Order: sequence, then C-alpha cells, then structure tokens
Amino acid sequence: MTAPLAFRDVTLGYDRHPAVHHLNGEVAPGTLLAVIGPNGAGKSTLFRGIVGILKPLSGTIARSVKPRDIAYLPQSVDIDRTFPISVFDFVGTGLWRSSGMFGGLGGQARDRITRALAAVDLNGFENRNIGTLSGGQMQRMLFARVLLQDARVIVLDEPFNAIDARTTLDLIALVRRWHGEQRTVLAALHDMEMVRAHFPETLLLARGAVAWGPTAQVLTSDNLAEARRMCEAFDDTATACAGDHQPSQAA
Amino acid sequence: MLYDALIAPFVDFEFMRRALAGVIALALGGAPIGVFLMLRRMSLVGDAMAHAILPGAAVGFLFSGLNLFAMTFGGLIAGFSVALLAGLVSRVTVIKEDASLAAFYLVSLALGVTIVSMHGTNIDLLHVLFGNILALDDPTLLVIAFNATITLVVMAVIYRPLVIECVDPVFLRTVSRAGAPAHLVFLALVVVNLVNGFHALGTLLAVGLMILPAGIARFWSRDITGMMLISVASAMVAGYGGLVISFQTKVPSGPAIILAAAALYVFSVFFGSVSGLARQLFPGRHLEA
Repeated sequence: MTAPLAFRDVTLGYDRHPAVHHLNGEVAPGTLLAVIGPNGAGKSTLFRGIVGILKPLSGTIARSVKPRDIAYLPQSVDIDRTFPISVFDFVGTGLWRSSGMFGGLGGQARDRITRALAAVDLNGFENRNIGTLSGGQMQRMLFARVLLQDARVIVLDEPFNAIDARTTLDLIALVRRWHGEQRTVLAALHDMEMVRAHFPETLLLARGAVAWGPTAQVLTSDNLAEARRMCEAFDDTATACAGDHQPSQAA
Repeated sequence: MLYDALIAPFVDFEFMRRALAGVIALALGGAPIGVFLMLRRMSLVGDAMAHAILPGAAVGFLFSGLNLFAMTFGGLIAGFSVALLAGLVSRVTVIKEDASLAAFYLVSLALGVTIVSMHGTNIDLLHVLFGNILALDDPTLLVIAFNATITLVVMAVIYRPLVIECVDPVFLRTVSRAGAPAHLVFLALVVVNLVNGFHALGTLLAVGLMILPAGIARFWSRDITGMMLISVASAMVAGYGGLVISFQTKVPSGPAIILAAAALYVFSVFFGSVSGLARQLFPGRHLEA
C-alpha cells in the first residue's frame, strides 16, 4: 500500500513567505499523527496544502487519494450559523461524495445520517437549526459530517479548541475508532497530555519539521525548546531561499 | 361589491389578465432568487445589478427603438458582464464581492449615461425606468414566462452547491468544484430576473419583487423550503393586490405592486411568527427545557 501522503521538499506559504519550509516525509497508511507546534508554526497551512486549498510554493505533496476524498475539518470554520438549515441536512452534506449534486438521499442514506448523529450523541437534534447549537454541539455535528464522508484520510485542525472535557473525550474516542478502521488521521493539537495518551506518532512543526517520529521520541524538552525559538514574524527583507534543509529561525 | 373590486377587473379587461399572468411568472422566478440573495447577504447586490443592466437596456433601445429583444439582450449583456467580472475579480484577488461589484456597476452606469446623453434622450426611456405591466404584449409575456421557467429549472440544478456554499464554503471547496460555477450561474439568474422584471416594473423597482418577498418569508419560516414557498406566495399576493389597487385608484401599477409588497413586509415585521416584533414583546413564559 502506498503512503496516502508524501511530502517532497514542500514549502507552503503566502506571498512567497514560507509558513511551512522544506518539509520532507511520508505518512504511512493508517497512521494516527499528531501535528504539534507553537502558534504560527504552519500547522494549518500544512493542512490547507494537504487538502489542496493552498498550492505549494515549491515541492510536491503526493497523495494516494484525490484531495476531495480527504475529509477536512478546518480550525476556524467559516460556517454561516444564521443560515436556515437543519442539523440533519447539514450533516447530510457529508454524503456529497456518494450523492453529488443531484443524488437523492434514500432511506439508507437517512439511516447513515441518523447513525452518525447518534455516534456523536446528537440524537434529537435532527430538526434543530444549526444556529441553535452550542460550541461543543457544533463540533460534535462537524465530527458527524466527517464520519459520513467516510474518507481514508482525515485531517482535523485543532478539533478540540474550546471544547469541554467530556465532549473532547467523546470525540477522541471517535478519532481512535477511525484509527482502528485503518484510516489515516492527522490532527493539529496543543494538549501534550492528549498527544502522549492517544497519538502514536507526532510531527513537531516549527515552519520546518523539528522532529517527526514516535511520540515519545519527539516530545523531548530539547525538541520543544527548539520549536519555541522559532520566530513567527515574516521578514520583509528576507532573500530568496537557497534551499538548505535547516529548519529556519527566520524567514 | 367585493366581486366588482377584486375579480371584475380581471374578467372584464384582457390587459389586467395579462398583467396578472406576468406578475405571477415574475413571482415564481424572482422570489426564490431573492431568498438566496438575502441569505447570502447580497440583498443590495440586486439593487446594484439593476443599475448595471440599465445602460445595456438603454443602448439596445438606442439601436433599435422600443424593441423588446434588443433591450433584453442589451440588459443581459451589461448585467452578465458586470456580474461575471465582479465575481471573477473577487474570487482571484483580495477585493471582496461587494466592493468589486460596486466598482463595476458604477463603470457600467457611467458608460450607459454617457452613451445615452451623446445620442440624445427620449421620454420613452421612462418605460425602461419604470416599466408598464399594464401594457404587456404577447411576446413580452412569453419572454417573462420563459425566463421564469429557465430560472426554476436552473435553480433546481444548482440548488445543492448553492446552499452548501452559503453555509460552509470551505467544505464545498474541499469536496467539489461546483461552488464557483454555481455562484456565477446564480449571478446570471439574478440578471435574467432583473431584466425580466424591468418590462413590468422598470429597472428601478424590478428588484423589489425579489427582495421584499424574501424579507417577508424570513419572518414566517425557519427553513429554506418554507421560505421559498412563502416568498413566492407573498410575491403573488402583492402582485395581485397591487394590480387591484392600481386599477381602482389610478396609482401606477409598478409602484402599487411594490407598495403592496411593502405593506406585507411591514405587517410581517410586526406580526411574523419568527422573530416578529409582537412575538418578541410577548414571547410567552419560558419553557422548562
């Protein structure tokens, strides 16, 4: 089985300034990978590159699946919560891959939606408008949609921000279930305890990859200190990158 | 008595029957478009587009007089150009859609006014500005019905991507490429329906039969299907009511229709079942859970 994701000297960024710098590596099938690093380390940028919203400035991201077959849960969700749509219909959009623009939602599809809602403990919310949900319920609903997308590769950008302990626990159980189903899951996280407890593999990102490997070997105080030294600001006077593979301190 | 006031005008006069048929067709096409304009916070875009098509219609008028097809064609070209250019610029640059649209419709308007003033003016242009639903002839009626039909069919085709793009644009981008085309097609439908409306209501009021019914519907329904049904129904009621008022009082028909819609709107603001003012003042005792 080929790696679902392979980074070959990938640089991603905005206006020529790199936010992810010369990243190399492969994500093996079925990996449960935590992507950690300080704010501005390039986690979200990397994910946007993975799902094809952002094109690399240089290098290539090789995928075994099409970008559209990757389920992506962005960090700041641009959802118009005033839009009059029910939880059921919203979650149902996760079936886009099978239903497309015109496909009907038959009894089987409706069953799947109901089960997805049950899996995130949102039974009884089917007919509520999405605007009436709390932050945690919203996140549960978004997980239900990811569930329905039934993707081999799942990318979650800081999925547990501002989520209470119980919801986090429920949702992390879902992540572990996906892992058990041999899906490849990437999650950007800040909670080191959670990473240690649930994620076998970790990528410590600070523009470049500081370390990538088994979680215990990545989460050393040396590595974390090095990541923290990373400078967040773009340098307007930076010269064109010569292509060295050192994780840079400034860009 | 009631028969004389409400039904007799339509039984006795063919032009009233045509007007009624026209306004029903306009309601069917325009009101659902209005609902999406409102939900996408583009209500004023309709207004801007109405200004954008005016010069095109005027140019068509200058070249071939009061020729329906020339004016429709000119309006469509001007409207499409502005809608597509504005849409494209906002998608490929940092300019937001509203700013981009404002820039283009002003250019279009200025160009149109320049052309008109260089080739002399004509009072028949008032017809373009304010329309005359009481003077719909067969070809015009057919064009209106045709455009309304096209609108409904195309809306059915782009409905799903359009809804998802409103709610969660990033999600749509990750699962499908239908978002941008659906948006552009939607803008095109806005133009088609504005052009449709200007024969009956004029360029300035055409947008009224799209936006006011949508606003009314927002006060009576929480889901989008209900909103579209209510918007169409209220547009029809306003159209009918406006024609009756116009017939009985000699108020011009276009403004009468929009004023009827406005009356429904004001009533909805006060008594609508969803967040109407009365409902807010007397919400009833709070529930247990």
